[in-house]
Amino acid sequence: MRRGPSWFNITAITLGFAFLYLPIVLLVIYSFNASKLVTVWGGFSTHWYVALLSNQGLLDAAWVTIRVALLSATFATILGTMAAIALVRYGRFPGGTLFSGMVFAPLVMPEVITGLAMLLLFVAIGFARGFWTLTLAHITFSMCFVAVVVQSRLVSFDRSLEEAALDLGCPPLRTFFTITLPLILPAVVAGWMLAFTLSLDDLVISSFTTGPGATTLPMKIYSQVRLGVTPEINAICTILIGIVTTGVIIASIVTKRREVERQRAERLAFQTG
Amino acid sequence: MAGKSLTAGKSLGPIRRAFAPWNDPTAKPFIQFQNVTKTFGDFTAVDDLSLNIYEREFFALLGPSGCGKTTLMRMIAGFEEPTSGQVRLDGQDLVGVPPYRRPTNMMFQSYALFPHMNVWDNIAFGLKQDGMPKPEIAARVDEMLALVKLEKFAKRKPHQLSGGQRQRVALARSLAKKPKVLLLDEPLGALDKKLREETQFELIDLQVKLGMTFVIVTHDQEEAMTVADRIAVMDHGKIVQIATPAEIYEQPNSRYVADFIGEINLIEGTISAIEGGITTLDCTGTGAKVQVTQDGGAKVGDTAWFAVRPEKVAISLTPPADPNVNAVTGEVWDIAYLGDVSIYHVRLSTGATVKATITNTTRLVERPITWDDKVWLTWSRDGGVVLTR
Repeated sequence: MRRGPSWFNITAITLGFAFLYLPIVLLVIYSFNASKLVTVWGGFSTHWYVALLSNQGLLDAAWVTIRVALLSATFATILGTMAAIALVRYGRFPGGTLFSGMVFAPLVMPEVITGLAMLLLFVAIGFARGFWTLTLAHITFSMCFVAVVVQSRLVSFDRSLEEAALDLGCPPLRTFFTITLPLILPAVVAGWMLAFTLSLDDLVISSFTTGPGATTLPMKIYSQVRLGVTPEINAICTILIGIVTTGVIIASIVTKRREVERQRAERLAFQTG
Repeated sequence: MAGKSLTAGKSLGPIRRAFAPWNDPTAKPFIQFQNVTKTFGDFTAVDDLSLNIYEREFFALLGPSGCGKTTLMRMIAGFEEPTSGQVRLDGQDLVGVPPYRRPTNMMFQSYALFPHMNVWDNIAFGLKQDGMPKPEIAARVDEMLALVKLEKFAKRKPHQLSGGQRQRVALARSLAKKPKVLLLDEPLGALDKKLREETQFELIDLQVKLGMTFVIVTHDQEEAMTVADRIAVMDHGKIVQIATPAEIYEQPNSRYVADFIGEINLIEGTISAIEGGITTLDCTGTGAKVQVTQDGGAKVGDTAWFAVRPEKVAISLTPPADPNVNAVTGEVWDIAYLGDVSIYHVRLSTGATVKATITNTTRLVERPITWDDKVWLTWSRDGGVVLTR
């Protein structure tokens, strides 16, 4: 047996990661390009980051995107959690399978169809398209993702914990907030983060359901790219990558630390038991 | 063990403890099930069942899984509502009262300790729901921690405790509110044998000390016999027999109970005579004639079963004075040496097997009776009972 990676493994890893990250690395490098031409390197500069701050159109779009993402992720989490609880808890009822299928259908539904359907609905009821229709549409498509994440946690949830709380005199609603919610919170937070990122980068459904005055960042970038890529776009994308990367790193550190703590606690119990 | 047979038959009085409200017609039942039925879809978990449990009683519901014992307990706790019938506690109708308004507390099989709270908060949880003032909560929690000897572990989370410690926290939490009834759902199932036996005696002491009514659900007959004042043996949603552990063991009312509790030899026969308090059975399967001081409600000509515990069967190499009554002969087929006792399986000429238990009162060097020996099995007239169902 040889130790260490073989040449084949090294090649495979290099190629795989290059395939995944080369475009992103290029984008980050070119965001520091002094030249106005995207494809020609003109020396290092943070010029485009400064220029970004004065590009009101992009900043407005970023602000709309963040507001929509925060609002829709929060409401999608509430609705998705409620849907998950209903589907897991109310056991078998006539049409139960159909119901759970229907909650998860938007997961596989082509975005174009969801977007078009939402557009038709808003037109039919005469809802002026803009920020709120955008938010509603985002809630709709992201809540099923939350439902999936929370449902998988609830399936393994020990019902006797809730029964114990009821038995000790805690009414059902208080039981939910003092026992159930704290225990499924990791799944709920994960669902929220998923909904947030989905909303952040959605282009297709947003294009269908938005109106004047509510342009999201992906829409703005897309429309600008059609006129030609500017280094400003590279700069804002680099900032987004930075935010997402920081989030992922923090989340993994927290999880790792908790795991280490749990293992130590279990060792402790084993020693004293 | 053989001495025990003297107390079988009709005179069970001396075995009973002084506490026996179920024999007192003026005693008021504390928990009352009246014609309770519970169905889940087309499955009947509890079938038209009536049952009285008395105050300060340690009552065990015993039966195989799926017999309805857990459903019955969950109806006291309020997690299940009866499909029909009445459940009363201390005169109060419980039907429709949600679990969080019932004066009962339950210790769950899985302990159901809240994993995100430490031991102290787990025990205080129920007290906080009642809006008890903080100093009183603190005093009661400390009292409970002392009761289960876990003072040092108050700040530990459940996953930082061993199985036995978790079991104690669960017990302390369910006792903290001083419930009228403590429900124990297979409370010791997750503990190893030694710890389980210790805990059984601690439970009995605790129940006497606190003067509370305990209802325990278990499938472990030894556990039920150790802790309970009375046992209800259940099968298919019905109670087959309710009696004290000694009565259940010595005077089972059916083959089901006799077989479920302990070891038993069941011999089928026909009642040929009932005279002078002696019932005579002709046992076709063994070719023996059996005489018993009890008739089990059978009439002459009925088919009945003679049930005798292996420890009440004596084994000998020499034939008894009267080899035609209460005696069978056969060959030693198998010997199970368990240390304290040995169980002999004796194969009769008819093919039936009868078991006899011998207490190993001396150190076993060489067995006086061994494989393939021709032996005689005998029992006294009051060593067994006649069962008609």
